[in-house]
Amino acid sequence: MTSAHVGLAPSQSPPTRLLDRLNPLTRVAIGLVMLVPLVITIDWLSAAIVLLGELLGVLLLGVKLPQLLRRLLPIFLVAPIGALSMALYGKPGGRVHLDWGVIVVSDQSLALAGAVLVRVFALALPAIALMGSLDPTDLADALAQILKLPARFVLGTLAGVRMVGLFVDDWRALGQARRARGLGDQGRLRRWASMAFGLLVQALRRGTSLATSMEARGFGGNQRTWARSSRLTGADAIAMLVTLLLAAGAVMAAIVFDTLWITG
Amino acid sequence: MITAESWGWRHAGRKAWAVRNLDLTIDPGERVLLLGASGSGKSTRLPALAGVLGSADEGESTGTMLVKGKHPTRQKGLVALVQQDPEAAVVLHRVGDDVAFGLENLQVPPDQIWPRVSESLEAVGLDVALNRPTSALSGGQKQRLALAGAIAMHAEVLLLDEPTANLDPEGIDEVRGAVGRLVADRRTTLIVVEHRVQVWADLVDRVVVLARDGGLLADGPPLEVFHRHRDALLEAGVWVPGAPLPVDGDGFVPRDHPTAPDSADFADPVARNHHERLLTTADLTIGRHAQHPVQRHLDLTIPAATSTVVTGPNGVGKSTLALTLAGLLEPLSGEVIAAPAIRPPAARRSLMRRVSPPHPITWRSRDLLTRIGTVFQQPEHQFVAATVADEIAVGLRALGTPTAEVTARTDELLEVLHLTRLARANPFTLSGGEKRRLSVGTVLATQPAVILLDEPTFGQDRNTWAELVRLVRASVDEGRAVVSVTHDQAYLSVLAQHRIALTGGPDRHDDEATTPGRAGAPR
Amino acid sequence: MATTNGVRAVHTTDHTDETTPATHKGWRVVDIVVAAVLGVAIGLIFWGWNYVGGSLFATLDAATPGIGGLVVGVWLLGGVLGGLIIRKPGAAILVEVIAAIVSALIGNQWGWTTVISGLFQGLGAELIFLALLYRRFTLPVALAAGAAAGVGAWFNEFLLFGNRAKSAAFNSIYLGCLIVSGALLAGLVGWLLTKALAGTGALNRFASGRTSDDLV
Ligand SMILES: Nc1ncnc2c1ncn2[C@@H]1O[C@H](COP(=O)(O)OP(=O)(O)OP(=O)(O)O)[C@@H](O)[C@H]1O
Ligand SMILES: Nc1ncnc2c1ncn2[C@@H]1O[C@H](COP(=O)(O)OP(=O)(O)OP(=O)(O)O)[C@@H](O)[C@H]1O
Ligand SMILES: [Mg+2]
Ligand SMILES: [Mg+2]
Repeated sequence: MTSAHVGLAPSQSPPTRLLDRLNPLTRVAIGLVMLVPLVITIDWLSAAIVLLGELLGVLLLGVKLPQLLRRLLPIFLVAPIGALSMALYGKPGGRVHLDWGVIVVSDQSLALAGAVLVRVFALALPAIALMGSLDPTDLADALAQILKLPARFVLGTLAGVRMVGLFVDDWRALGQARRARGLGDQGRLRRWASMAFGLLVQALRRGTSLATSMEARGFGGNQRTWARSSRLTGADAIAMLVTLLLAAGAVMAAIVFDTLWITG
Repeated sequence: MITAESWGWRHAGRKAWAVRNLDLTIDPGERVLLLGASGSGKSTRLPALAGVLGSADEGESTGTMLVKGKHPTRQKGLVALVQQDPEAAVVLHRVGDDVAFGLENLQVPPDQIWPRVSESLEAVGLDVALNRPTSALSGGQKQRLALAGAIAMHAEVLLLDEPTANLDPEGIDEVRGAVGRLVADRRTTLIVVEHRVQVWADLVDRVVVLARDGGLLADGPPLEVFHRHRDALLEAGVWVPGAPLPVDGDGFVPRDHPTAPDSADFADPVARNHHERLLTTADLTIGRHAQHPVQRHLDLTIPAATSTVVTGPNGVGKSTLALTLAGLLEPLSGEVIAAPAIRPPAARRSLMRRVSPPHPITWRSRDLLTRIGTVFQQPEHQFVAATVADEIAVGLRALGTPTAEVTARTDELLEVLHLTRLARANPFTLSGGEKRRLSVGTVLATQPAVILLDEPTFGQDRNTWAELVRLVRASVDEGRAVVSVTHDQAYLSVLAQHRIALTGGPDRHDDEATTPGRAGAPR
Repeated sequence: MATTNGVRAVHTTDHTDETTPATHKGWRVVDIVVAAVLGVAIGLIFWGWNYVGGSLFATLDAATPGIGGLVVGVWLLGGVLGGLIIRKPGAAILVEVIAAIVSALIGNQWGWTTVISGLFQGLGAELIFLALLYRRFTLPVALAAGAAAGVGAWFNEFLLFGNRAKSAAFNSIYLGCLIVSGALLAGLVGWLLTKALAGTGALNRFASGRTSDDLV
């Protein structure tokens, strides 16, 4: 609390990665823009271009590959599911390999399945890589100051979300309490279910008294000042530009190479 | 500044009014100490003044209460409130942001915010980095944070609900000093609720005592009130300064450290004497995380038929020690050993883990009930039932006690704890002091051989305090070991038979160079 | 008041009696905070279900066309629960969307599209509460809201996620399954959960938390 702090907003840590220089809003926007080619087309080429571009991009921004792969692990487990469904029920076309009534495996359904597989990764990557380390407070600042979303909702939600950071501690305390009260010998599943319910109840209680505390500190209107100002910078502009180019490129490539397959 | 005319409030779902017939005027710059028995409606009144008591959905009000001529809900920001539970007061993730929160809401220009944040943190003596996560603060530190958030607002009225309840003596001085400096210029109106009158008696210029059935019991300058209404106040449970403690100290002299060896033949707790060591620790290191041991190399004994007290500054690891002794937290190294007399049968095995009779952490949950009972520092952490009566009955039912006996025992405890009229209320809607008493009751119900109490008397008025002390003494007389973690000097003066004083600062965790915390018996 | 705390006094020009409580229409702060808490908690449920439900979905989908829709109900819980507990316009959408954001952030196979799905699903439930003007919150309403959330989910996948590329047989079976699943796993479960939460007293600042008129 020395004079060094005076007049300065505390920053978490000096930005070492390029990623930390981006406004949280940009991080969200990148993910959203990348959705566009993935939603309007279901072909393998555009999905593959998006995926490669994303991968390159996040590595450039300073995300570590092993870390990324670890967080993508669940996707490796579930991605084949969507592909399987598409292979079996995709609209048939081309050579038919298997025909069991509703299930028709054809060239076209197989191609679609391949596209779906790549697509799942392309969809999941930005959310995981760009948002994983995001500070909710910073995002809230950006949403309210740049997007001008109502401060009441943004900050109310932020405060509610913070409760969840306490879930791990709460879970432990809840377990200790149940053990101390003689309720700790139940089967694992039953205990788990009743503790999960207890956790929800506790979070709701906390949320309720938290709302009171917020109002006691003058919270309630949409008009307020901001101790930390959230701004868009040149880095954000460049990142957005690259993203837009990539998205457009993916669609163009699909058109040029005629793999485009607009849904419907 | 503040005027109340026959004001009253009844919480939704309650028959009784929490506050009734309140007539009161407080002038700008006045410093008021608000007293009253536990459950007399003090904590209801403060949010009402701050305009955050809630809408018609949440209760019913009568009469009027105005702040500067307007309804409190139209005067937000004029009144700053620090609630009874500091846990609930933390809004944001980082310390600095949290203090700044109120200033932003008041539309203070950004360039003035950070200086004011630093200033208030300094005023309450909370010396941590601005970006420190608020969840990593100890109970006492959170209380300071809440106060800093309120001070920073430079509100015209400052309302404090038991601001020193969880603080060590040093912390109490600091908080009192900070508040004193803030109100020194007489521009801030102060209303503070606190059972321990002594702390604030010199600072305030008016004492208002709420009567149990609504209205006021006394109102006036401190000396006059305490002198003139002494008997009525004592009767109502107010801690009148200078009055003797409500229990006598006879028969509870400090005892020698027990030296006799463990004796295995006292199956009946009543037969135990204070030479039997129910729990011992051997080279015990404790902490919530392996990387952060808070106390090392503890060799402690918990004697039967004795009241043991654990003292030490905020954050030193008292609660951690209690949880470890209770078989709820795994020791980081070393062990907690239970005396043969209280070990559960070795044959019983639960599916998940092996029971090792000497080590409480391995016991089944039901075995703990009659052997080691724990009252948590935060009473809410402990509640598992929907009504007060059920809360007490839970442990008895888990033991398979016959229904008639459960009812009888529950009723008896509710009576002693002054909770009978709240038997069907939800535990979470109780007042701070009521919650504390209920959580103590839940443990006493199953009559464990060792009882661990973490701050058993916080938030208690003089009468309920005396009841609690009597209950603890009765348990000790029955041969149980009672271990109390406490900052309460009065409690220490009548119950410190055996004392464990933990030392060492909270922030020396993984710092090998400094001396680790030590336990000793100063008497 | 402006002098002591450096506050720029903001005075609204209403000429109401200033000695009465300020009236708030719409969302209270506690509504917002509790919606967020609910949203995150349900997001965690989604996250668990992304594996359990996700693999069930796969098994059913491989064996049958569209029957996988039967497990989708769990992902529709947010809208129903939000509407039932908070009882404010937009609550169903807000809670379901927050839950979807949490699910996407923890990492799932659908990325940001989860949020779009959340929007559609929440909207489905919301329309039922809206149709009843946010006045009725009985079991049938809950079932209807769950079913409508299922319809929302179906539209979402039909329009944006390639189900248009699937056969009509698949799509109609899928719709039926979503409706059944939504009504039961979201509607019924949501209603029961609301009752259970009210019983604990955790909702005592909400109309939905009043279990009876019995005073204690
Ligand atoms: N949210 C609530 N719902 C229902 N009843 C409540 C609620 N909060 C408090 N009460 C009841 O209102 C009465 C007054 O409570 P309050 O917390 O104001 O007491 P207090 O004077 O602050 O007591 P203490 O000194 O123990 O903190 C108590 O009987 C309590 O059980
Ligand atoms: N849930 C937790 N997770 C991690 N660290 C914790 C947790 N609770 C407490 N600590 C840390 O462990 C140390 C010991 O905490 P403990 O609660 O045992 O202190 P205490 O002596 O009971 O303090 P107080 O008098 O404030 O209650 C403190 O430094 C605290 O910051
Ligand atoms: Mg109180
Ligand atoms: Mg403690």
